[in-house]
Amino acid sequence: MDGPGLAATLPDDQRRRRPARLPSVSEPELARHFGRLARRTHNLQQGIYPLGSCTMKYNPAVNEEMAQLEGFAGCHPYQPEATIQGALELMWTLERWLGTITGMDAFSLQPAAGAHGEWTGLRMIQAWHAASGDLTRTEVVIPDSAHGTNPASAAQCGLAVVTVRSGADGTVDLEDLVRRLSPRTAAVMLTNPNTLGIFEREIATVARLAHAAGALLYYDGANLNALVGMARPGDMGFDIVHLNLHKTFSTPHGGGGPGAGPVGVRARLEPFLPTPRIEREGGGYRLDEDRPRSIGKVRSFYGNFGMLVRAYCYIRAYGDGIAQVAQDAVLTSRYLRHRLAPALGTALASDSFHEFVATTTRSTAPRLRALDLAKRMIDFGIYPPTVYFPTTVPEALMFEPTETESRAALDDLAEVVTAILDEAAADPERLHMAPEQAPVGRVDEVSAARHPEVRWWPADR
Amino acid sequence: MAYLPNTDADRAAMLAAVGAAAVDDLFRDVPSEWLHPALDLPPPLSEPELVAELRALARRNRPLADWDCFLGAGITHRFIPQVVHATIRRPEFATSYTPYQAEASQGYLQAIFEFQTMVAELYGLAVANASMYDGATATAEGALMAVAHTGRSRLLVSATCHPETLRVLDTYAAGRGVQVTRIPRAGAITDLGAARELLAGGESAVVVVAQPSFLGALEPVRELVQAAHATGAMALVAADPVAASVLEPPGALGADIASGEGQPLGIPPQLGGPTVGLLACSEALLRRIPGRLVGRTTDARGETAYCLTLQTREQHIRRERATSNICTNHALMALAATAYVGRLGARGLEQVAEISSRRAHHLATAAGRRPGYALAFPDAPFLWEFVLRCPAPAAAVAARMAEQGILAGLPLGRVDPELEDCLLVCTTELTTPPMIERFLAALPAAASEARAVATVEAVR
Repeated sequence: MDGPGLAATLPDDQRRRRPARLPSVSEPELARHFGRLARRTHNLQQGIYPLGSCTMKYNPAVNEEMAQLEGFAGCHPYQPEATIQGALELMWTLERWLGTITGMDAFSLQPAAGAHGEWTGLRMIQAWHAASGDLTRTEVVIPDSAHGTNPASAAQCGLAVVTVRSGADGTVDLEDLVRRLSPRTAAVMLTNPNTLGIFEREIATVARLAHAAGALLYYDGANLNALVGMARPGDMGFDIVHLNLHKTFSTPHGGGGPGAGPVGVRARLEPFLPTPRIEREGGGYRLDEDRPRSIGKVRSFYGNFGMLVRAYCYIRAYGDGIAQVAQDAVLTSRYLRHRLAPALGTALASDSFHEFVATTTRSTAPRLRALDLAKRMIDFGIYPPTVYFPTTVPEALMFEPTETESRAALDDLAEVVTAILDEAAADPERLHMAPEQAPVGRVDEVSAARHPEVRWWPADR
Repeated sequence: MAYLPNTDADRAAMLAAVGAAAVDDLFRDVPSEWLHPALDLPPPLSEPELVAELRALARRNRPLADWDCFLGAGITHRFIPQVVHATIRRPEFATSYTPYQAEASQGYLQAIFEFQTMVAELYGLAVANASMYDGATATAEGALMAVAHTGRSRLLVSATCHPETLRVLDTYAAGRGVQVTRIPRAGAITDLGAARELLAGGESAVVVVAQPSFLGALEPVRELVQAAHATGAMALVAADPVAASVLEPPGALGADIASGEGQPLGIPPQLGGPTVGLLACSEALLRRIPGRLVGRTTDARGETAYCLTLQTREQHIRRERATSNICTNHALMALAATAYVGRLGARGLEQVAEISSRRAHHLATAAGRRPGYALAFPDAPFLWEFVLRCPAPAAAVAARMAEQGILAGLPLGRVDPELEDCLLVCTTELTTPPMIERFLAALPAAASEARAVATVEAVR
């Protein structure tokens, strides 16, 4: 049943001359190798992972099992539509659930990640303005506290970034916003609550100002865990949102992905969504490529379907009770802030939601660097919070515990941080040496960047 | 509630500690008219109910294991050793975050370093990043890297690249004001003469070509690279990673950038995602490559250690001046590819290629001899994917074959109207001899039934 081999069928000048230098490892050795690497990797099942803006919540076991079902994992994107009706129905339903949660009229599940969703959303905003004959809108107004992906996504679209200042309370400075808006403004891009964990109380005014200037209002859904089920960006005046399913909707982060970054829009932007769209017709579902005003394709096939299965499971398990997620996420964060307050001051007095930003400059050891505190936390089995972000706060430590941390785990974290601050006051030098208990000591990141070595080479290169 | 550890007593204690009377007090900054919106969501499900619902949905899909599968076209049905699944399902890998804190993430960092080495070796290039979303976005971002490096704003891309890649590239380029020009197809490969003409003006940043072409044929990559370099353009090869184990790799042919869809390396089809995008480049492009990079260095004690490096290229440091906006990548899928390649080694990949190719050549020869059928491009060397010309519209032939439980391949009319009677057929190491027998046996009836359907439709 075999035809001729490669020796006969490959032209000589196409044949690989030197094989790739790759190890070939027996299964027992391979399992042990990755077992060793696994033990050297902090993870959610080992301990609290309070990385601000990352929403490191528990990843339900059943979701993993469901995503592995052969009927989901084993299908080809080009097989006949009649033979993937369950998958199409799952995606169609998930689009509608995300729509009701955010107050948006239509969703595309295609973007692969949050930043990919931002870029997709901004491309749609460009297309919308262009379709209105307005080709002069080349700027995006973004707060100084925004995630770095916001300005980077704008630049990927060829849009210029205009930075709007945060006021003393950590929210957008409205007077500065008025100065930044112009006939060149394509969009105002906000996270709400913002990266300081503070709700933009004047969001209705922001929306009015943006719309009066002819711009659209973009919602970066990175912090939706604070509001899921409790309040909706659509009600606040946002025109377009992206969500990070790997944050709010618990699909595992996988050490940096894969995630999923669906984009939702108000009805007037629906024609610009990426293709294909999933349509329900009669009793069935089909993929619609015929969308003349669409921005086109943003990735191959239909999105990170495996992650969509997990997010579907997550929303289905909470159903119409999903507001409890936001309530507990905000409560655990506020409680942790309260527990840390005697030792570690927060950057701002405003109410915080699912995350808060502390700073070592307001701590019982004010000369302590955030980095040193972070590295010492590793010795106590706690993954450090996000450090040096947002950049508007010196020596920032951004904590986001999530709703899946127990009160006991939060108490432990507070006690560890308090102990480290005591230690810093008594023996300031010791923290420079941290971590002491990790698989390696403090990693020399400066020489890594100065002399980049990004792969193995054979000795005789 | 399923995944919430705190009891009502815990909640009450925490509320009291923060001085709130009720949970809504925590949300006092949100205007009250927005709080507690009515949501059109169903009631919660218990775990057994959830499992039942998902199993019912899954049963309404027919996975490749239940077909005789000859469908490839960018997602390849390959065998995955169980140890690959076991590796990526470990919670240490599945539930961790991007390894910002190196000391707590040494294991994953080393795994990504191994991935980068593996991709760079397969493609014969100096540098590879820690992964992209998929083959299409890797190719698009790779091409834009060449735009940034050359300062030229036109891309030349072969019409024989994967159609999804072509369309994604259009979307990426349009946002940046970059002009995309297609190099026409000549048979199953790029029209080399047309490529030389398009390059002649010296305005193009890069030539993008797939190896093999979307139609399965081997491209004249060496000649395209030379033509590009002669006019100051760069060359990007979107290379199948298993094919790269037996073909002269992009780097050895002088390409500056290589990209690829990593799905064939141990990743299930999953309706097309998540997979992993591979992206490699020459040393000269090290500081322009998008995405994460892991570097090897030392710790305070002088021991080998790993960390994310050259982060000044990245969005969280450089913001609007970053080389890309990519933040979350596809690390866990990169880990799957690393485990798959680690298990097989170069020799194992070559064997996968060899078996797949032998099956394809047997099938191509036999199918091409069936009455009315022929190879569309009989002179084009190929590996495991080829174009079969049918005596009726290929979509109709494929539909008849599907009734027999055979996924016969991709009808190409949806890609190129000139190829309406053509099927793109793929074999792999999972295509068994009985499957091939059934495929061949089904061809005659599929043709006559398809012709009958076509006649009826024509009469109507």
